[in-house]
Amino acid sequence: MEQPLTKNIKAGQTLSLKEYEQAGGYAAVRKVLKNNAPQEVQQMVKDSGLKGRGGAGFSTGIKWSFVPMGDDARHPKYLICNADEMEPGTFKDRLLLEGNPHQLIEGMILAAYAIKADISYVFLRWAYRQAAEIMERSISEAYAAGYLGKNILGTGWNLEMYLHTGVGRYICGEETALLNALEGKRATPRAKPPFPQVSGLYGKPTIVNNVETLSCLPHIINNGAVWFKSLSASEDSGTKLYGVSGKVKRPGVWELPLGTTMREIIEEYAGGMANGYRLKGVLPGGASTDFLTEEHLDIKMDYTSVAAAGSRLGTGTMIVMDDATCPVGFVHNLQHFFAQESCGWCTPCREGLPWVEKILLGLEKGKGSTEDIELLQMHTQYLGPGNTYCALAPGAMEPLQSALKYFKDDFMAHIEKHKCPYGN
Amino acid sequence: MEKKELLTEIEMRAIDHEISLVPYKKAAVIEALKIVQKQRRWISDESIDAIANYLEMSAAEVDSVATFYNLIFRKPVGKHVILLCDSISCYVMGYGRIYQALQKRLSIQFGQTTKDNLFTLLPNVCLGCCDHAPAMMIDEDLYEDVKEEQLDKILEAYK
Repeated sequence: MEQPLTKNIKAGQTLSLKEYEQAGGYAAVRKVLKNNAPQEVQQMVKDSGLKGRGGAGFSTGIKWSFVPMGDDARHPKYLICNADEMEPGTFKDRLLLEGNPHQLIEGMILAAYAIKADISYVFLRWAYRQAAEIMERSISEAYAAGYLGKNILGTGWNLEMYLHTGVGRYICGEETALLNALEGKRATPRAKPPFPQVSGLYGKPTIVNNVETLSCLPHIINNGAVWFKSLSASEDSGTKLYGVSGKVKRPGVWELPLGTTMREIIEEYAGGMANGYRLKGVLPGGASTDFLTEEHLDIKMDYTSVAAAGSRLGTGTMIVMDDATCPVGFVHNLQHFFAQESCGWCTPCREGLPWVEKILLGLEKGKGSTEDIELLQMHTQYLGPGNTYCALAPGAMEPLQSALKYFKDDFMAHIEKHKCPYGN
Repeated sequence: MEKKELLTEIEMRAIDHEISLVPYKKAAVIEALKIVQKQRRWISDESIDAIANYLEMSAAEVDSVATFYNLIFRKPVGKHVILLCDSISCYVMGYGRIYQALQKRLSIQFGQTTKDNLFTLLPNVCLGCCDHAPAMMIDEDLYEDVKEEQLDKILEAYK
């Protein structure tokens, strides 16, 4: 089994520039900058079938293809790495940032070249202090080695790279909100269109890609589209960083073929449930994905299969809910997070999420009624897709609507017994 | 006349550097807030005015940005800030017990500062180390797999 993104990462260590180069690093940049036009790089990535690893799962090559190219395109163009990993239960990008920063920088250079960008940013969340130090140092190393700056490798192409650390708000991970944050504004999402590819940072053409997505690029360029597809155990190409947290024997993160089954990841890699606990539900890809249950354990963790089961692959980092954890309390915790992190820009999200949170708290305290269940159902519609600027509220509704479906008995027990049956 | 607080030399130099990296002054406001907070631990109304003045913005505009972000503090904080993760994986793994233990030891709740001004306790969204929940940060230090019985020792290091 090949693990291109993580094979050189050793726990608690960071690959230096020298070590990365010795492992074949920056060969893709050397190859492409000398031999290929930017559009050819776009085509290679399109052919590889790479999909965004940040949660949305959109084709990276197609995303790039909307950036205006040619002499009359407006400059500076921007390439931004979204390293604002704040989806609850998600801890995969941290490994790549801390373990192999030059793989990410090389991926950013390749992406920037593919769209002829002039300036690039790593948008990193504040809490990743170690990653901040590592990225700062690694970017300096890349400048010193001539991979960044003016006239890169004598090709006449210039690329600047900066590290920006955020000041904490989940919504900054939404790409248009991220652009506003970079411009020094409140991080509220922007209406689309115009899409960032045409009018992004400071109104200029901009691409925002996730850490894991960008880290795939050097390997795609070095080994080709056919190879990248062959890594997968599904229709979707490549490997995926999968994580498991909750009451399992060995919580962690592993790079596996895209389409590895949920059962294999949870039972073999994470060692199964901790002693005395049964699996009750799983959020397959972060807080804003629909619950799956024991009956879904054999589905493949790829974009299509998880969607067919009624959820989303999301970030691929699973949160396991055990049978001693109250589903109502669990969902209340999620909705508290979403209500707090709503930017307040549009009404359904700003008003709806605190209401949902309040209803769930009432239920958890044994003060709920059957009307509350109807109200929650109503919110899953009103806050669903199409009613808001961004995906925060619809994402928040995913675990709620599926909890109401799979754990209805637990909700009803809170109402009938006038208390939390789990003792909360 | 009201007393105007000015930015220090160090703050101005750091903000100037940030301004040099962006197309117009206003775009450096988040960096300016970070710089001033690093020096003064929190952002007072006077600091808002000083930044607004320096970046040629209205104070209301600076404040709207300052209040948006979780880690810009608009109230005084203690010498050390404890950020306890209250997101889902830490919920499942029992951050509640850690919160109760911290409340007991420090006699404060979320959003409060100890009487001796040493610690401020705040909830924080997912710290991105869910395989080592429960997690917390004190200032810039991350603590993973936190257990109640370790708290005394952890806190002692900041006293």
